[in-house]
Amino acid sequence: MSDFFAMGGYALFVWSAYGLCALVVLWNALSARTLHRAALADARRRLSSAAP
Amino acid sequence: MANFTWFYRLASPPTSYAAAGRLWLWFAVPAVLLIAVGLYGGLVSAPADYQQGDAFRIIYVHAPSAWLSLLGYSVLGVSAGIGLIWRMKLAHALAAAVAPIGASFTFLCLVTGSLWGRPMWGAYWAWDARLTSELILLFMYLGYLALRSSFDDVSRADRASAVLALVGLVNVPIIHFSVNWWNSLHQGSTVLRVGGPAMPASMLVPLLESFLGFTLLFAALSCVRLRAEILMRERRPTWLQDGLTVSASHE
Amino acid sequence: MTARQRRLAWVAAILSGVGLSALVAFKAFDQNLLYFVDPSQVVAGKAPQGKSFRIGGMVTKGSVVRLPGSLEVRFVITDFAHSVPIRYTGLLPDLFREGQGIIAHGRLQNGEFMADEVLAKHDEKYMPPEVAQSLKTAPQPSASLSTQPAQGQP
Repeated sequence: MSDFFAMGGYALFVWSAYGLCALVVLWNALSARTLHRAALADARRRLSSAAP
Repeated sequence: MANFTWFYRLASPPTSYAAAGRLWLWFAVPAVLLIAVGLYGGLVSAPADYQQGDAFRIIYVHAPSAWLSLLGYSVLGVSAGIGLIWRMKLAHALAAAVAPIGASFTFLCLVTGSLWGRPMWGAYWAWDARLTSELILLFMYLGYLALRSSFDDVSRADRASAVLALVGLVNVPIIHFSVNWWNSLHQGSTVLRVGGPAMPASMLVPLLESFLGFTLLFAALSCVRLRAEILMRERRPTWLQDGLTVSASHE
Repeated sequence: MTARQRRLAWVAAILSGVGLSALVAFKAFDQNLLYFVDPSQVVAGKAPQGKSFRIGGMVTKGSVVRLPGSLEVRFVITDFAHSVPIRYTGLLPDLFREGQGIIAHGRLQNGEFMADEVLAKHDEKYMPPEVAQSLKTAPQPSASLSTQPAQGQP
């Protein structure tokens, strides 16, 4: 098991790469959701202000 | 003239907004599964390389992110062109939607490549044709995003940034063929190669799973961002009344 | 010409204009885009004179000599037509070994290349150690280890 984490001496490089990949995927998921929610809220606001 | 009514119907904001809302989960679920299986395979089941040992496992995140950087820019450039020629809001919306995704994976590609280059080549960075053209791609994405943000009006931002997106499109084939056209430190393509992939199945299968998984993830993310971009372009959102009640029930 | 056709022409003009200028630029700067030159070009006098450049080739088997008590190493690189001796002091990358493609940065001095940086190049082939071992027993075409990009790729 510790062999697996050691990655043949390249642990720092391999795990940083995979860790960064996880961060980028996470940022993408969260920012897409945030963007859509903000756009929805904005559209709702526009819709209610346009209503008579 | 062929009948394009289906196309115009799809391109209409309410239809595409609803279609993207239905589609994204169909992409996201297999994406997460395939990425999990592919990266597990790359980290655990694939054997170490005869020369590079375990450092070669970086390929399972590096190569798919490189692919997404090129796919993202191709979608960006082509939809920007369609948006310009046919004045199609949906195409501009798609271009704006994929740009941040493509930029983030270009960044990931450059950093993971750097983390791979240091132990194998002996340098984090080299100004060879492949690395330099990929860096230019990142600048193209960032320039596109910066130009967009400098406009308050969405449709003016769409048209101005589309020209920049078109200009950057020439870089895409340059990146892909750079390793064949010039002497470079970076090696040639492993998968898309005359004579078939230069990898045994034990290494290749996780890589292909990862490629497919990340591509589906890109599609899912594009759908969600596209919905937001469609909403932003609707100044008189009369159709939103129905759409909003539907999405509100999802929240 | 309709407005749409005019816009189509604009897009085509942008694409071909940028594409053409890129092509011209690459033709003009072709030498500078080469990340490295090979020993044959050096022997033919095509390497930059009096300033530093990069040279690429394969480390000749049996040529690596490490000076005891220092980090100095001497070896010969070849492109199978010509060879250039290299002298370098410093840490070598993990992939540096005999028969491996390398790229060295430095300058020529009396026919010897004084390197201040040595990078290892690898090809696009990956395989488990057992497969590599069994391939070694069978004759391998040496071109597969060449530092040149494989010819005829898509």
